[in-house]
Amino acid sequence: MTSRGDDPPRGLSRRAFLRGGAAAGVLSTGLLRGVPPVEAAPAAAPKSEAGVPILGPGPVAIKLRVNGQEVALRLEPRVTLLDALRTRLELTGAKKVCDRGTCGACTVLLDGKAVYACSVLALEAQGGDVRTVESLGSVERMHPLQAAFVDHDAQQCGFCTPGFVMAAKALLDRNPSPSLAEIHHGLAGNFCRCGTYAGIRRAVLQLAEAGAANPDYAPGLPGAPEPGEIENPRPRRQKNKKRKKPRGTGDG
Amino acid sequence: MRPFDYARPATREQAVQLLAATPGRAAVLAGGSDLLALMKDGVVTPERLVSLQGLQGDHTLRFLRYTAAAGFRIGALTTLADLAASEVLRLEHPVVAETAGRLAGPQIRNVATVGGNLCQRPRCWYFRSGFGLLAAREGASLVVAGDNRHHAILGNDGPAYFVTPSTLAPVLIALDAEVVLLGPQGERTIPLEKLYRLPLAEGEREHDLGPGEILTELQLGPAAGRQVGTWEVRQRETLDWSLATAAVALEMEDGRVKRARVVLGQVAPLPWTSREAESFLTGKTIDEAAADEAAKLAVQGAKPLSKNRYKVQLARVAVRRALLAATGLDREL
Repeated sequence: MTSRGDDPPRGLSRRAFLRGGAAAGVLSTGLLRGVPPVEAAPAAAPKSEAGVPILGPGPVAIKLRVNGQEVALRLEPRVTLLDALRTRLELTGAKKVCDRGTCGACTVLLDGKAVYACSVLALEAQGGDVRTVESLGSVERMHPLQAAFVDHDAQQCGFCTPGFVMAAKALLDRNPSPSLAEIHHGLAGNFCRCGTYAGIRRAVLQLAEAGAANPDYAPGLPGAPEPGEIENPRPRRQKNKKRKKPRGTGDG
Repeated sequence: MRPFDYARPATREQAVQLLAATPGRAAVLAGGSDLLALMKDGVVTPERLVSLQGLQGDHTLRFLRYTAAAGFRIGALTTLADLAASEVLRLEHPVVAETAGRLAGPQIRNVATVGGNLCQRPRCWYFRSGFGLLAAREGASLVVAGDNRHHAILGNDGPAYFVTPSTLAPVLIALDAEVVLLGPQGERTIPLEKLYRLPLAEGEREHDLGPGEILTELQLGPAAGRQVGTWEVRQRETLDWSLATAAVALEMEDGRVKRARVVLGQVAPLPWTSREAESFLTGKTIDEAAADEAAKLAVQGAKPLSKNRYKVQLARVAVRRALLAATGLDREL
């Protein structure tokens, strides 16, 4: 990728650049960065019927466990897990595409199972363990699954990629060496409109063939490193060095 | 999505009370995969959601119990992934487990529930676009005049032209499954087939659920030697809704059919039992010719609309192939 005149200044992500330009003076960036503080709660009169508390329709206090961290938020009951992750917790890896549970771009893990974050209310995810693509690895230290996607050119525009990676993670966690047919079935809930399915299947198959024998990817085995602690097993290809950000797994 | 209030009862009775307190304005939240999409599109606008996910202890609706004598009792909150993964269900009713494992995609199967699958709303694009379940304007159906390629070919004398969406329902009805409903007046158990009804006026629902009534349990007897087969036709291999399905269950005696159940899905506003095919099959030995004839009889009364004549053929083929699958003949051909 060559440098273009309209590129944001070096060292600044596109998202941060856009936010800095558009939102300065309107919103405090401190509020938007990282985990927001719990907002001051106006003490609403608690309602109950049949001995059951009635929450909302205004904001209610909720606690989520996301990527191993407890976070406290105040949200209206109508807020989906996806919107809570993206707009309140700055975890924009899960993408909002169809918002109707039919495309897979918002896939996250809830208690180890792949779910569409757009189709789960944030309130209903309380008590569960939410894992987003951000929990896997970073640009410098990719999870083997992410590295395999890069190696096999398993993305084009990259917007569906985080969803595919998480769906593949759920599949491999349950079945470390799936067959091609099982990969097909396990990734059936995700669409790629660029049509990179062949590369995606090759990427997952590479890990599947390594299977439980691969010490880098042996979920649940004693002594297996935590995702994110794993060094990228393959050095990044030279041409990628020019990129400010990798395509695909970063900001959409 | 419009604002709503939210309650998470711990007991089934509380859930029913909360629903009955706001009749017509409250909705049951189970997996949420259908309900939330309907709410985002403004097709339904409940003022209250009553979540069943907080039911505790004996009140939980996520269970799958089996006894050799009585068969299965499956809680309404059991997920489709639970069904597909159940070893005992795979052994006793492999076709049910396979059907559950083939629906939608993994992310949906992980949250979508048995009760939600049976009570999901039709996929009719007029309904989903806010024209109402019957999609009528000035007494005339928009479906009949419009794009009806996915609509009913049977049971479509009006005013309903949508098709029943559940792919599980036909096979469960073919297996004589029953459902338990809990409401303010107590519990009742009805054949699953009776859960579905034709709405005759806008505002009526396609399910026989009274105010505050919830589906709590599916009951499915042992296989008892029945031969079961299904066939599903879809446009896409995955993450798609069926265009036509057929499910058959045959009780055999001395190589002949003692009792037949033939149920079609996605061809009528309700799961469609073909009495014609069932009575034809009774007493017969199943071979290709008998399967052909039964399939022909199943769609004999079809009245295709302007753009869905192709579904008659799909339904016919589905019945034929379901029969051949049930009797193992598909493997010999």
